[in-house]
Amino acid sequence: MSHRLSEEYEELRRSVEAFAHEVVAPVIAGHYERGEFPYEIVARMGEMGLFGLPFPEEYGGMGGDYFALCLALEELARVDSSVAITLEAGVSLGAMPIFRFGSAEQKKTWLPRLCSGEALGAFGLTEPGGGSDAGATRTTARLEEGHWVVNGTKSFITNSGTDITALVTVTAVTGRRPDGRPEISAILVPAGTPGFSVGQHYSKVGWNASDTNELVFEDCRVPEENLVGERGRGYAQFLRILDEGRIAIAALSVGLAQGCVDESLRYAAEREAFGRHIGHYQAIQFKIADMEARAHTARLAYYDAAARMLAGEPFKKQAAIAKLVASNAAMDNARDATQVFGGYGFMNDYAVGRFYRDAKILEIGEGTSEVQRMLIARELGLPA
Amino acid sequence: MGVQGGRPPAMNIVVLVKQVPDTATERKLNPADNTLDRASSDGVINELDEYAIEEALLLKEKHGGEVTILSAGPDQATDSIRKALSMGADKAIHLNDEALHGSDSLQTAYALAQALRTTEFDVVVLGSESTDARTGVVGAALAEYLGLPQLTLANKVDIDGGTIRIQRQTDDGYDVVEAQLPAVVSVVEKINEPRYPSFKLIMAAKKKPVTKLDAAGAEIDPAKVGLANATTETVDFAAAPPRAAGTVVKDEGTGGVQIADFLASKKFV
Repeated sequence: MSHRLSEEYEELRRSVEAFAHEVVAPVIAGHYERGEFPYEIVARMGEMGLFGLPFPEEYGGMGGDYFALCLALEELARVDSSVAITLEAGVSLGAMPIFRFGSAEQKKTWLPRLCSGEALGAFGLTEPGGGSDAGATRTTARLEEGHWVVNGTKSFITNSGTDITALVTVTAVTGRRPDGRPEISAILVPAGTPGFSVGQHYSKVGWNASDTNELVFEDCRVPEENLVGERGRGYAQFLRILDEGRIAIAALSVGLAQGCVDESLRYAAEREAFGRHIGHYQAIQFKIADMEARAHTARLAYYDAAARMLAGEPFKKQAAIAKLVASNAAMDNARDATQVFGGYGFMNDYAVGRFYRDAKILEIGEGTSEVQRMLIARELGLPA
Repeated sequence: MGVQGGRPPAMNIVVLVKQVPDTATERKLNPADNTLDRASSDGVINELDEYAIEEALLLKEKHGGEVTILSAGPDQATDSIRKALSMGADKAIHLNDEALHGSDSLQTAYALAQALRTTEFDVVVLGSESTDARTGVVGAALAEYLGLPQLTLANKVDIDGGTIRIQRQTDDGYDVVEAQLPAVVSVVEKINEPRYPSFKLIMAAKKKPVTKLDAAGAEIDPAKVGLANATTETVDFAAAPPRAAGTVVKDEGTGGVQIADFLASKKFV
């Protein structure tokens, strides 16, 4: 029984840690302030194989696994969450549905480009009127002369409007089941398809160097073979994708929580008040100790969920727990770290201010904390 | 090198890699014999050697061939060797012998030259200095021992057939230096940007061959290496004095002049 990392995982972790400090940290605050997508950083992440981490080499992947991706996300988020979410969404929402459910042809066409980071994929699930209630999908796709005709609007879609966005996989109602409930399927829409447009660009509280857009589909026609997976299995498919994604968001949250510890430790050793470094004061020490405890326990929770998933065991409850406690830890640590920094914590020049703005979404995206509690309760056998 | 079948000849490139204490940690010397206390800090690849590895990989990508890592050091140097293999080198030679402990720059160059005689190479690439000892002479001494041309402080390397041409960085520009292969090249950090190991290469590195070599295997004369036979000796050491408080210049109309005077007094301008 051990949660120690194997040599290869540890070396990957160190490699991404060095990358985050040397390539991301020096420039990301500028991108964040200007709301600019960091193309050159994404290109270098692609060169070092981060977008291909969990995929087999035959598709241009690294032959690693989902846990390797999580380690990379944690290390990136220790420095910046915009970059981390770009990787998370690119891999687990952009490429993973195609890898898991796509046809041989779809995998061959899209995965090598997505694995290399030259192109980004997006996943269009949330709609203006439905986030947590994913079954309330309004977007429709009707089959017409060998083509799907897609109509509808998708909200808050990460990586959907960059210069290198290649595709978005959208969930759409493709018919009615015998019981009257909607039949939901997933359909791959390449960027640039007529009728597919990127709508309003959001002004966000955080994640300001990542790309998030509203997507509009107006009689957008794609070939029938762009169906991803089985017709009518769209709902079951995205539930699997979301279960995995929760572990990834937990890892990203742990990274932010740990980044708060890193920054606070540094500041406690350099900032003086009343003639001593503030690290001498118990008020600061206890805050940092609590922050470290939260980051550590949340890390163990996501390691456990990932280990179960890789072993092929049920992991739904553990993934929900990891997401719940890790996003809590991120939020609490961001608040405490900002407090350690005092007035400077409120300035955008300092990383903790960015962490504070980036933390809140972690309690919302990929299932709100309320949804995680609901899932845990159901796994415990409480009535649905 | 001979041209075979009309294709450009593949090159055997050897990169010298030294494991040094992490500059981000507090480094200590062992008071017993004034040599490095390796237990006091983590070992990492000497930073300039990462540029040497990158340059070797770029040369391989351009000309084909094989990149071999050669590292002299104790058991823990295997970590740095594996990292070098994770960057994409093909194989490694680890020269490891207690007899080498405490060797100075000249002795190290001799030992490395002997180790190089056990393998074929067209070009040897190394960082221009190490972050621990900082003598910066190993490349030159090595070339001397091997009787090969030395091209030092390269910020650009081009190979065309059997000719190697570098830009040697100088204080006010660069010199162009040319030699025939085989040759020894030392590089500076302006030359490239070292890659980060990918997970695929990290996993592959475990399966790459590492040849263990001891002093006898490299035909190293024990009387020429080690602390007892060193040509130079560290007789004493002291910690650097703590940094003095800076001078605050208050600008009351003459701030610019004061700063210019200060810089001039330190011969910066």
